[in-house]
Amino acid sequence: MATYSTNEFRAGLKVMLEGDPCSILENELVKPGKGQAFNRVRLRNLKTGRVWERTFKSGESIEAADVMELEMEFLYNDGQHWHFMKTDDSYEQLAADQAAVAESMQWLKEQDRYSVTLWNDVPIGVLPANFVELEVVETDPGLKGDTASGGTKPATLSTGAVVKVPLFVSIGEVVRVDTRTGEYQNRVKS
Amino acid sequence: MSDKSEPISWQPAANMEMIQSRAALLARIRNFFAARQVIEVETPLLGSSSATDPHLESCLVSGERDRYLQTSPEFAMKRMLAADATAIYQICKAFRAGESGKRHNIEFTILEWYRPGFDLAQLMDEVEELVELCIGQGGISRVAYATAFHEKTGLNPHTAELDALLDLAEAEIGVAREVLVTATDLVTRSTCLDLIASHLVEAELSAPTFLYDYPACQCALARIVDDSQGHRVARRFELFVNSMELANGYLELVDAAELRHRFESDNRQRQLLGTRTVPVDEQLLDAMAHGLPDCAGVAVGVDRLLMVMSGSTTIQEVLAFPSERA
Repeated sequence: MATYSTNEFRAGLKVMLEGDPCSILENELVKPGKGQAFNRVRLRNLKTGRVWERTFKSGESIEAADVMELEMEFLYNDGQHWHFMKTDDSYEQLAADQAAVAESMQWLKEQDRYSVTLWNDVPIGVLPANFVELEVVETDPGLKGDTASGGTKPATLSTGAVVKVPLFVSIGEVVRVDTRTGEYQNRVKS
Repeated sequence: MSDKSEPISWQPAANMEMIQSRAALLARIRNFFAARQVIEVETPLLGSSSATDPHLESCLVSGERDRYLQTSPEFAMKRMLAADATAIYQICKAFRAGESGKRHNIEFTILEWYRPGFDLAQLMDEVEELVELCIGQGGISRVAYATAFHEKTGLNPHTAELDALLDLAEAEIGVAREVLVTATDLVTRSTCLDLIASHLVEAELSAPTFLYDYPACQCALARIVDDSQGHRVARRFELFVNSMELANGYLELVDAAELRHRFESDNRQRQLLGTRTVPVDEQLLDAMAHGLPDCAGVAVGVDRLLMVMSGSTTIQEVLAFPSERA
């Protein structure tokens, strides 16, 4: 089994901790002048998204996690699983469960590409692009020409996401949204 | 995310303002010692032996004869003191393999000085004067290591049972005992103390503070004495500013037999740790047998001092070319 020693720790390294795959965010050497060195490490649990802080004695080794990130195309949702296809011409498909898709569910549009995190070849995380363009399928009637009042209203997008949009946006228009904040950016001319 | 293939930048990491601050700091330090008739000296950075401390790794330079880049100028400066009991200081580079992080750079600038006839309190006075001159903050508090340790943990570091230290490390810092336990109880004890002090005690020391009288198992090359409570303590201090170690001073060990004993015990510990043993510095032992004057000595991290003066959070900001760009 592959392991990493603390002196190999760096941001982005994937390791196993308490049975879960984690990604190292930050590794800080804590060393009294002439004393034993320690590594204070911040890690993101890739299954839960939670950030952990752990101290290791320098020189300690921990198990490597077989984790990779792949660009995959979203195909469809069968009600239980979300199916993705590899974009390397292998047409290989993988199914992600609800825990893996989590909050990204609201941004999944068929035929768009997503970053899928695989652990032992099973999807454990799905990340949309920072910006996505989606059609408005439901919102209060637009106040055409009102580009000045600055008010907002909720709008439901084709993927089910609900975002706040300016009053002038109407059904059928395509809007650009920042998936990290869920904020409306602008209308997209189609 | 770091990319291994990224080319090394040709540009300095520190800006010109920082480079000027460094030059001004070095000038200030030299003036400080010139006014006190402390002589600036130079000693070899490449030595035929080096520090034996189990947790210090010297960089080995291969050549006709293998040499070690010094982890501090301590040994050679003590040989000078044995020849002539004159107060001396040095500003030079020191090297510690494997130490890199926000507060560590493998190669760093050290200020080290020795005061024949000084006790630890007198040396702390002088460190305080220099630091006050640099960071404009005086009135540095002085707290016994045991007092600070007890305040934070409820345990006396000199008398607590090893099990109590291990339990505390596991409960408060989350480091399992099997990770900390070593072949000898003394080493395990020192490891626990290092963990607890660095994670819990030093975190409280944001205001400038001297910790003094360390546990005897962390004596390094300081003299071991009985403190007022009758505990065996290493007569040494460390200065912390912003919870960062800035200086490390000793009432110097002058007993050659005891020094040889410590060198050998360090090398035995190195064998247990599986690290390379270091040839014992016979010249230093000869010098000490000849007679090292009673003295106190201290090393200050000049880069860290500059970090405090400039409000920098990483050592890389104050170095023209940190290791990543060297």
